[in-house]
Amino acid sequence: MNAFWRALSKNRLALVGGAIVLVLAVMAVAAPLVAPHDPHKLDIKRILEPPSARHWLGTDQVGRDVLSRMLYGARVSLAVGFVSVGIAAAIGIALGAAAGYHGGTVDGAVMRLVDLMLVFPRFFLLLAVLAFLKPSIWTIMVVIGLTGWMGVARLVRAEFLALKEREFVIWSQSVGASALRIIWRHILPNAMAPVLVAMTLGIPAAILTESGLSFLGLGVRPPYATWGNILNDGKEVIELAWWLSVYPGLAILVTVLSYNLLGEGIRDALDPRLRQSVGRFGARGR
Amino acid sequence: MIRERLPITLALNVVEMLIIVAMAVPVGVTSATRQYSTFDKATTVFVFVGFATPDFWLAVMLQILFGVHLGWLPISGLRLPVWEYLPFWQQQWDFASHLLLPITVATFGGLAGFSRYMRQSMLEVIRQDYVQSARAKGLPESVVIGKHALRNAMLPIVTVLGLSVPGLIGGSVIVETIFAIPGMGQLMVQAVYERDYPVIMANLVIVASLTLVANLFADLSYSLIDPRIRVSRRGRR
Repeated sequence: MNAFWRALSKNRLALVGGAIVLVLAVMAVAAPLVAPHDPHKLDIKRILEPPSARHWLGTDQVGRDVLSRMLYGARVSLAVGFVSVGIAAAIGIALGAAAGYHGGTVDGAVMRLVDLMLVFPRFFLLLAVLAFLKPSIWTIMVVIGLTGWMGVARLVRAEFLALKEREFVIWSQSVGASALRIIWRHILPNAMAPVLVAMTLGIPAAILTESGLSFLGLGVRPPYATWGNILNDGKEVIELAWWLSVYPGLAILVTVLSYNLLGEGIRDALDPRLRQSVGRFGARGR
Repeated sequence: MIRERLPITLALNVVEMLIIVAMAVPVGVTSATRQYSTFDKATTVFVFVGFATPDFWLAVMLQILFGVHLGWLPISGLRLPVWEYLPFWQQQWDFASHLLLPITVATFGGLAGFSRYMRQSMLEVIRQDYVQSARAKGLPESVVIGKHALRNAMLPIVTVLGLSVPGLIGGSVIVETIFAIPGMGQLMVQAVYERDYPVIMANLVIVASLTLVANLFADLSYSLIDPRIRVSRRGRR
């Protein structure tokens, strides 16, 4: 673990990424304290005002403060990122562990399910599922989680295939430990490194996906502000108010960039060999 | 409905794929052979920024810049309403100018990913012994890199290319919606707005089949690049 911190602290880009990730998280949590205005308060006298001392990032079509909306939007975007990646990791770990440990029919069934899910372009699949559901923040989280677990399942399975042949596992089996206990207590802790990296890189992917859906008007619904929502409002008045379109996009870019830098830094610090298996193309949302 | 739209999406994706490969391979090879040069560092920055840029935002920004402020390029549709009455060359130019922005947006992220992947793959290959021996027997550097190293470095790229097809097709949803291109992606979004379930399902089946076909092509092209891999007539193992 010490070697890990030493390697990570030498990677300046990863540290910058980590710092931005932390600042964003703090600002999102403290949004009610930090935000200069009420994000939902309409002010018809101040419609589409350009950035000024009063409204740092301007106002939107109904006079709401863009900065405050972006701060509250950070809450939703980050929450969607964390929760959906949590769901994806839980499913991926459970299925991947079962497939890798038991092998045979279980393995075959799980891996064919993974292949089946990977045939559908993710964005099309998301849209199709969302068409059947009532849109809310929770549906978005669940749906992004349910369509994003395949990578984790493959990683966990590969780790389990290698680890289950090791002496400490065979020893536990011979003294009669149950399969669940061996999976949970003995193998999983040793298989977590690539999963953690995949999760760190999965959060920006989920944020990109959510903002893309919200931009199309199919994600998180108003009155909740998210970065994608604000961009969706902005595209209607793009010729009048550039600030509605520029700033939320920059926020997404910086967030995703920081998470990617941090994730790649963690990966390199944990084990440079992981470069092969985790993370390439993990960061694109679809 | 789908028959009109499928060729548009298909053609766009094939063009995008060709552009990505045509640009990412030289960029990746150059940054691998000149590791840590200014060029390499510049592409690394581009890769990280390209990865993090939301494509829909990039699309909107380009629309503002080239469509609204500069007025150089049209920002929606495939052709002008008066297209049929234009002379031949103007027709071609009109078509190309409509496609320039959408294709730029759609290739941006993929380009970043592939040039990075190409660099990584090339870096591994040029450290191998046979590259050294090719140099030792006096072959010019261009043959060593362009023939001996590149062929082997391309193998993992083909795998990734096949795997990235669903992503590229998924990207058409955003690009086609923003630029009002009448393709499958736009149809999908409209169908979701209207809750037109049969159209949604048909769309899903078709894009899934496209993915399968693309994967098949990726598998077949292995044998083109690496003569050691043969596609056998029967499923021998």
